Amino acid sequence: MVDIRNLAYGVGGREVFSGLDLRVLRGRITGIMGPSGTGKTTLLRLITAQVTAGHGQVMVFGRDVAQLGRSGIYALRRRMGMLFQDGALLTDMTVFENVAFPVREHTDLTEPLIRKLVLTKLQAVGLRGAAELMPAELSGGMARRVALARAIVMDPEVLIYDEPFVGLDPISLGVILRLIKQMNSALGITSIVVSHDVHQLGTIADDSYLISGGRVAAAGPPAELSASDSPAVQQFLTGSADGPVPFHYPAPDYTTQLLAPEPQ
Amino acid sequence: MTSHGSNNILAEAVRRVGSVTIFFFQLLAQCVPALSRPGLIVKQIYNTGARSLIIIMLSGLFVGMVLGLQGYDLLRRFGSEDVLGAGAALGLLKELAPVITALLFAGRAGTALTSEIGLMRATEQLTAMEIMAVNPLRYIVAPRFLGGVIAMPLLTAIFAIVGLYGAQLIGVEQMGVDRGTFWSQMQEAVELKNINEGLVKGLVFGIACSLIAVHEGYHAAPTAEGVGLATTRTVVASSVLTLLLDYVLTAEFL
Repeated sequence: MVDIRNLAYGVGGREVFSGLDLRVLRGRITGIMGPSGTGKTTLLRLITAQVTAGHGQVMVFGRDVAQLGRSGIYALRRRMGMLFQDGALLTDMTVFENVAFPVREHTDLTEPLIRKLVLTKLQAVGLRGAAELMPAELSGGMARRVALARAIVMDPEVLIYDEPFVGLDPISLGVILRLIKQMNSALGITSIVVSHDVHQLGTIADDSYLISGGRVAAAGPPAELSASDSPAVQQFLTGSADGPVPFHYPAPDYTTQLLAPEPQ
Repeated sequence: MTSHGSNNILAEAVRRVGSVTIFFFQLLAQCVPALSRPGLIVKQIYNTGARSLIIIMLSGLFVGMVLGLQGYDLLRRFGSEDVLGAGAALGLLKELAPVITALLFAGRAGTALTSEIGLMRATEQLTAMEIMAVNPLRYIVAPRFLGGVIAMPLLTAIFAIVGLYGAQLIGVEQMGVDRGTFWSQMQEAVELKNINEGLVKGLVFGIACSLIAVHEGYHAAPTAEGVGLATTRTVVASSVLTLLLDYVLTAEFL
């Protein structure tokens, strides 16, 4: 479904990826992990063609996204759904209108049909009763579930989750985990889940990639990853403060700096 | 200032003008498809136009009243207070109504547009729309731009009418200028091209102010500070551009 080969990408002179290879297989849940600042969200921006790679290829549905024009990119995106970290619901519409939005934009379905479709999707995320609420009236977990209903309303082939576990209470977290699993098994949607939550991702992912230093540090099923003896993987999995990712941001020598005269 | 510093400012100014121009053409290309959603445009005419009515009418009334007062005081010195109606009408229609309406529009509706679109950017709503294969320029920006462009000439006309009423209130009711003379002098002096001048200015200022407001919002840095800065830039750039364009248009119409 998604095939990334030898990807290099930089922003403002800083190299984010160099020689990254990654494959997402049809019908599976692929977890992408990595410390904050490794460019996980940038990777999603590359897959959804919001930015294009400097070198290498990003193939989605067998097509190189860098070769696509605007209409080609839009056609590609219609086959994808994306769940944003904060939901990114349109704040001037009700929950119902938010979920109906892509349907109204891309189809000529009649109003009664749209209503049935939207209510089905809201029922799937347990928020049919909240259809008339405004986004401002929802809790963080509810907003994310509405965004999930919106992401699946066009029956996408690939569903992308950007940090879906951040800032959720244990109940909302459980609900989201169950929903991701359910979307994958019941609807056959290929899922890409980006997160730094190793344990939650381990419970749902079929394949996982650990990205560190601009390339894939380890790949395989989550269980295989925990058995890896790579220092980068072990630091990330055990959460050690120091290791290949240093605790200290690069700085001059501590003693020298403390003893140096006050700068004028 | 060093020449290096002034070069930087010049380069930045050229970059901004270029950015606004490219954005303008991209926006124009999306305005035609946006017309197929008249509901969205009507909503924005309500937001930018109808909601600015009170401030526009109040300002129009006071500007007209001041014009009546100052005009009467000045004209009385020459014994020509009879032409107060003509003077007030020409001043309002040609200059005061379009310019003050544009300045108020920038402060009231322009800032609202910039901060609304800027916050949509900051909360990823525009990105979400992109991912849903919906062009935010077509769905969000074009209706707001068109709403502003349509609302401005209407607001200008309303400002002028209320202003004339204000001038009449002071000139005729308070200072005792003859009512018949006041209106007949006005009828005599005002030609269709004077009314056109005001409306054309209203339209041009509407395009300029709405364009700057949506451009700044669309390109705002996605932070609280970024949206604040963009809002300030909207007011400053719209006001300066309005006054600059006013000179150009006045020279053109003379």
